[in-house]
Amino acid sequence: MSGENLARRRLLLLAPLALASAAGAGFLVVLDRMKRGAYDPHTLANPLLGAPVPDFSLPAQPPATTGFDSAALRAAGGPVLVNFFASWCVPCEMEHPQLIALQRGGAQIWGIAYKDSSAAAAGLLSRNGNPYARLARDEPGRVAIDWGVYGVPETFLVDRTGIIRWHQAGPIMPETITETLQPLLRRYA
Amino acid sequence: MKPLWLALLFALALAGPARAVSDPAEMLPDRAQELRAEAVGQQLRCLVCQNESVEDSDADLARDLRRIIRTRVQAGDSNKQVIAWMVARYGDFVRLRPPLRPLTWVLWFSPLLALLIGGGAAGLALRRKPAAAPPLSPAERKALADLLR
Repeated sequence: MSGENLARRRLLLLAPLALASAAGAGFLVVLDRMKRGAYDPHTLANPLLGAPVPDFSLPAQPPATTGFDSAALRAAGGPVLVNFFASWCVPCEMEHPQLIALQRGGAQIWGIAYKDSSAAAAGLLSRNGNPYARLARDEPGRVAIDWGVYGVPETFLVDRTGIIRWHQAGPIMPETITETLQPLLRRYA
Repeated sequence: MKPLWLALLFALALAGPARAVSDPAEMLPDRAQELRAEAVGQQLRCLVCQNESVEDSDADLARDLRRIIRTRVQAGDSNKQVIAWMVARYGDFVRLRPPLRPLTWVLWFSPLLALLIGGGAAGLALRRKPAAAPPLSPAERKALADLLR
């Protein structure tokens, strides 16, 4: 066999191997990002990003005595984090300390209890603390659908003009605050 | 033979389309409207379970979405309008059949691309004539003659 032929054979053998290694390295990166929470294949881009908050009006969730509506949210005058939560939701439990920390840091968080009984949601807040400046409840979950919510917790950042600037499905973790929310809250303050 | 027949019949009965809409109270009284609502629901993804349609899923949200589809169908919305209503809230991802857009070109045209690449490679390989074998050297000729003797 000539040397040229041998080199070609080697190339034919190595090319698929190189391709497979490249694919493997790619998968490793994706898996690592998933493990760190930097990438979640289940999230979907919410079409409301960059759009005004949808029209709604919701009743109060105790301990609040008045609910809120889209007009109040647009008139809030600063960035507001709108957080959909429920007492039956385990990731919400994980998220709660971060919400408290955000509120202590001066962030304005408005809560919407999603598909929850008024008493159960109030019980959660008296047990774990209440990070919410205002509270409303969406027991039928119909307003949540207009927000494109498909599970709790979900959080939206609404700027002073009532435009939705950021959205996350899934719990806010300590890294979310330092890496994402603090810069965003400063930017839209 | 009888058990085999029975088993086959049973398998066929199970093979029918599985629907989560088992509650007749959910269905519209008008048969045509109900069929239309089912056709729309089967094109929409249940956001909770993600690989099931809204029509097939048992999730709470899927039931809510089924109800909304039915109220909109009853109100006279076309299938397209109902789907657009869902896309406005949940994005294109809610459609089980992705629409053709620049972002989905690779998705839709990759079979064609694969066919072109594969066909091209096959065509090239077929067209290349095998190189003629070099003539035998005197030593090889002698060895061959020895073997054939």
